[in-house]
Amino acid sequence: MNLILLVLAGIFVNNYVLSQFLGICPFLGVSKKVDTAAGMGMAVIFVMALAAAAAWLVYNLILVPLNITFLYNIAFILLIASLVQFVEMFLKKSAPALYQALGVFLPLITTNCAVLGVAVTNMQKGYNFIESVLNAVGGAAGFALAIVLFAGIRERIADNDTPKAFDGFPMALITAGLMSIAFLGFSGLIKL
Amino acid sequence: MANPITIIKNGIIDENPTFIQVIGMCPTLAVTSSAINGIGMGLSTTAVLVFANIFVSLLRKIIPDTVRIPCFIVVIATFVTIIEFLLKAYLPALNASLGLYIPLIVVNCIILARAEAFASKNGPVASAFDGIGMGLGFTFALGLLGLIREFIGAGTAFDMTVLPEAFPRTLLFVMAPGGFFTLALVMAVINSIRNKKA
Repeated sequence: MNLILLVLAGIFVNNYVLSQFLGICPFLGVSKKVDTAAGMGMAVIFVMALAAAAAWLVYNLILVPLNITFLYNIAFILLIASLVQFVEMFLKKSAPALYQALGVFLPLITTNCAVLGVAVTNMQKGYNFIESVLNAVGGAAGFALAIVLFAGIRERIADNDTPKAFDGFPMALITAGLMSIAFLGFSGLIKL
Repeated sequence: MANPITIIKNGIIDENPTFIQVIGMCPTLAVTSSAINGIGMGLSTTAVLVFANIFVSLLRKIIPDTVRIPCFIVVIATFVTIIEFLLKAYLPALNASLGLYIPLIVVNCIILARAEAFASKNGPVASAFDGIGMGLGFTFALGLLGLIREFIGAGTAFDMTVLPEAFPRTLLFVMAPGGFFTLALVMAVINSIRNKKA
């Protein structure tokens, strides 16, 4: 399989937010400003690549040899929760600048279902280690692209008069729906 | 202990997880391309929610406060795994159409939110009713969204054709963008009703 295509498919065709509905909570929650949206996007790329790598190792080196693959869900969610905590502590000590930029978003990522989603998808599709990591990077980059674009649109909408009933969430959802239509244009671009 | 009926009504109407609290959005949008899928997802989540609530409530005095979130997650993940096996064995068609979203019930914030906000502070019976109420509220919301989407998008209701063949279908509504639009419209209707009341 072509690895570049795998990344591109993750960004455009199978966009996590706009076509698979994974990671909607941070997408709607942290998208009022472009700066914070970009920070969240970066943090997700970082954590998702690490989580996919770690989940692949845990699944293939621990769960498969011990014949307990049915515990994958419990194993992955604990892995992600502890990994996020660990990354937070590690960055605080060794890369304060990066921590400043990403710190506030890290705890939120535990509940980002895209992270668990990518781990489960990699397992179900039987990707090897490199494919797993690239799939995660592509998917996370797609998330980052979507959330930054979305925040840019929301900044503009904030200054407009919208019907009162559409204030807040309904307007955000309509915006996301229109973006989703735009991304439908990419479907069929890459067949995996 | 509060009246069970009040607790259930609270979950379905006053604090409806989807329309009022706006949590658990991923499955809400992803699996509501038909009413049956929505209700199947809703009921699976309800089952996890009720059992997770009961167990968290039973264990609430044993679990140390500092590690409560990981403990809750393990309890939830255990029940999700059990539900996944049951669906695979008895409802393989539903399991196939819900796919990835069954293991992802673990990260549905409704369940963790109820464990944290209700079950860890109340007895097992009240927690069970809270789980039923919230779960049914979620199921109702997903069923409604699914019904609207499949009616507009495919002209069917619960997989039975209801619109005449000649009537045009808006296929977009069963695809991803339709999820966003339908939820937006339903929430706007609820907002306008609430605005009038206020």
